[in-house]
Amino acid sequence: MNVEPSENGYSHSSAFFQRRYVIGIIWNKILLISTIIGIIALFTLLLTVINQSIGLVAVEYKINPSLLSNVPLEDLTSQELITILQDNLTSYRFRTLNREKPLLSRSQTELLELVNEKVVDPKIIASWYLIPSITQKNQISEFVKEKYPNAFLKFYSWLNWNFIVRSMSSRPELAGVRIAIKGSAFIVLIAIFLALPLGVGAAIYLEEYAHPSRWINRIIQTNIDNLAGVPSIIYGILGLAVFVRALSPITSGSIFGFEGNTSRNILSAGFTMGLLILPMFIINAQEAIRSVPVSLRYASYSLGATKWQTIWSHVLPSAMTGILTGSILAISRALGETAPLIVVGASTYITSDPKGPFSGFSALPILIYNWTTRPQDQFRNIAAAAIIVLLIILLTINAFAIILRNRLSEKRI
Amino acid sequence: MKKYDQINLKKKIHWFELTIEGFLFFCGFASILTTSGIIYELLKESLLFFRTPGVSLVKFLTTTRWSPTIGEYGVIPLVTSTLITSFFAMIVAIPIGLGVAIYLSEYADFRIKKIIKPAIEILAGIPTVVYGYFALTFMTPILRAIFGTDTVQIYNMMSAGLIMGVMILPIFSSMSEDALHAVPLSLREAAYALGGTKLETALKVVVPSALSGIIAAFIISISRAVGETMIVAIAAGSGTAFTFNPFKAAETMTGYIARISGGDIAYDTPDYNSIFAIGLLLFSIKLALNILSRRLARKYREVYE
Repeated sequence: MNVEPSENGYSHSSAFFQRRYVIGIIWNKILLISTIIGIIALFTLLLTVINQSIGLVAVEYKINPSLLSNVPLEDLTSQELITILQDNLTSYRFRTLNREKPLLSRSQTELLELVNEKVVDPKIIASWYLIPSITQKNQISEFVKEKYPNAFLKFYSWLNWNFIVRSMSSRPELAGVRIAIKGSAFIVLIAIFLALPLGVGAAIYLEEYAHPSRWINRIIQTNIDNLAGVPSIIYGILGLAVFVRALSPITSGSIFGFEGNTSRNILSAGFTMGLLILPMFIINAQEAIRSVPVSLRYASYSLGATKWQTIWSHVLPSAMTGILTGSILAISRALGETAPLIVVGASTYITSDPKGPFSGFSALPILIYNWTTRPQDQFRNIAAAAIIVLLIILLTINAFAIILRNRLSEKRI
Repeated sequence: MKKYDQINLKKKIHWFELTIEGFLFFCGFASILTTSGIIYELLKESLLFFRTPGVSLVKFLTTTRWSPTIGEYGVIPLVTSTLITSFFAMIVAIPIGLGVAIYLSEYADFRIKKIIKPAIEILAGIPTVVYGYFALTFMTPILRAIFGTDTVQIYNMMSAGLIMGVMILPIFSSMSEDALHAVPLSLREAAYALGGTKLETALKVVVPSALSGIIAAFIISISRAVGETMIVAIAAGSGTAFTFNPFKAAETMTGYIARISGGDIAYDTPDYNSIFAIGLLLFSIKLALNILSRRLARKYREVYE
């Protein structure tokens, strides 16, 4: 139906409505597009990482396995493998290997690994990302034939089991993340150890004891909200000044009789991280405690329980799932934080596993940072692989938190 | 009967309860200790820094060269690069973030929300070092392909800033969406009743009503951008430079702190003290933004009963 324009101008022409309608549709599309851009960003990010962690590599052997024997190395007996080792290694290195563990007592697979590592010594001299590896395979293979005549191409996933269990190395194809994962785990453990009791304690105080009209309680609450917004690198500076420097005798363990450690260690990093996640912890725990119905507390009081008895046996158990969910999210934040660890003094190259709170450390995000900033392409590849490891860990942890949260909401009903 | 009168339950002191309360108070107080620790250390070391011969607060804040080797400590180049990267971050995050927020709160139906919200939450949970990697290996090559490798340096502020925008996007959009969501339904219904289209309702009624929340989200996003370290440390380059060209490398405040403290730094050198002075500046900016956000939020707050 057409709406005719009336003389007094109160109603409008159909063109007017038409225009408003079209503008509405256009904007609807614009808003939808901006949402889609957000999603695309996420997928591009994931694709970039995957793209760079798998692909063709050009491998060059120090000694081609076909020169060592006519049959594939896997089919050789232990004795033949030992002969190969003896022929191709200097006698000194052969003796060293023998001293580490007598060669005759090693299994065939162990010997095979040894031959691969010490004699064949495959070296990755060039790498390509996944997409060019698929779309320009022929050009790449021609390029390799021309430039590296001794090398051969193979499809290689930088993320593999060896990458996870190996220790660090200055050669990207031999580097792994084991030490960094252990370092990260230690740091998070110490951070939780500090933040869990303090955080839950503070949350209980603020929700159950603190009277909001008292100035000190208001200051504590405002302060926690402000702390949550302090940049993480500032916490790093705090950790450097307090834990690494001022409390050095304690954090390096020298007053406990552990000499020879620096204070740039797991303990300092863990404490710094603990302070960093503390405000987040408190806010989450407060939320969980606040959601416990007041009637539960009254019921407990009416039965003659004291305040602490009420909190300990009724409020805390009911709030537990919420507190746990919050802690898990805090853990995943601590796992991904990089800046404070750099400031506190994480090592980018360390070859021994962390043995305790006083050892030097590295962490997964530190490795990613370090490898990303190296100029060689292959380090980009392993940085991408390390990112996948980190993201998988974080996703697993978050999935766990979501499951917990769902169980919580089921219980409510 | 008399026996019971003599027992005064009120006067009984529960020592255990009191100890617990004391301990819990200490837990709450620990956060204040953290803040005082931060402020004390920043002030103390900054004071040492400004006592170094040749360094003064005025010079620190007004000169445009930062080269510790020849004793010049002017913080302006670090501040400008921080502002430039933050500016690009906001250029990305504000329009897209607002679009996402309005779409999710006003347009999207339940099923679409169920897909999009977790995706954005995942985006929020990705560590910033991953975004740094993304900036260097994805954004920078694209920028170099578009503008030419001569104009765009390998490390540049623009790529860091744009990716920082992607990082901030989920924070800004989810805070804005909360603000939009909190606008009462009756306002929308009133707008519809007056003949407003969906868009007119959203843009002329809902967004202005939620303005205080959106402004707060905006300021929190800026302060995130200013304090962000890893993206700029990876993608914006190392080495300070006083430039307004976003295609050039220039170190930000946070990037500088990360680089200087990354090496084995000797205590009580001007280098060591300078990171505290910059940290203090960063902390003050952050605090100022926080206070500003509260002021603005209060000023534009509309209360609906």
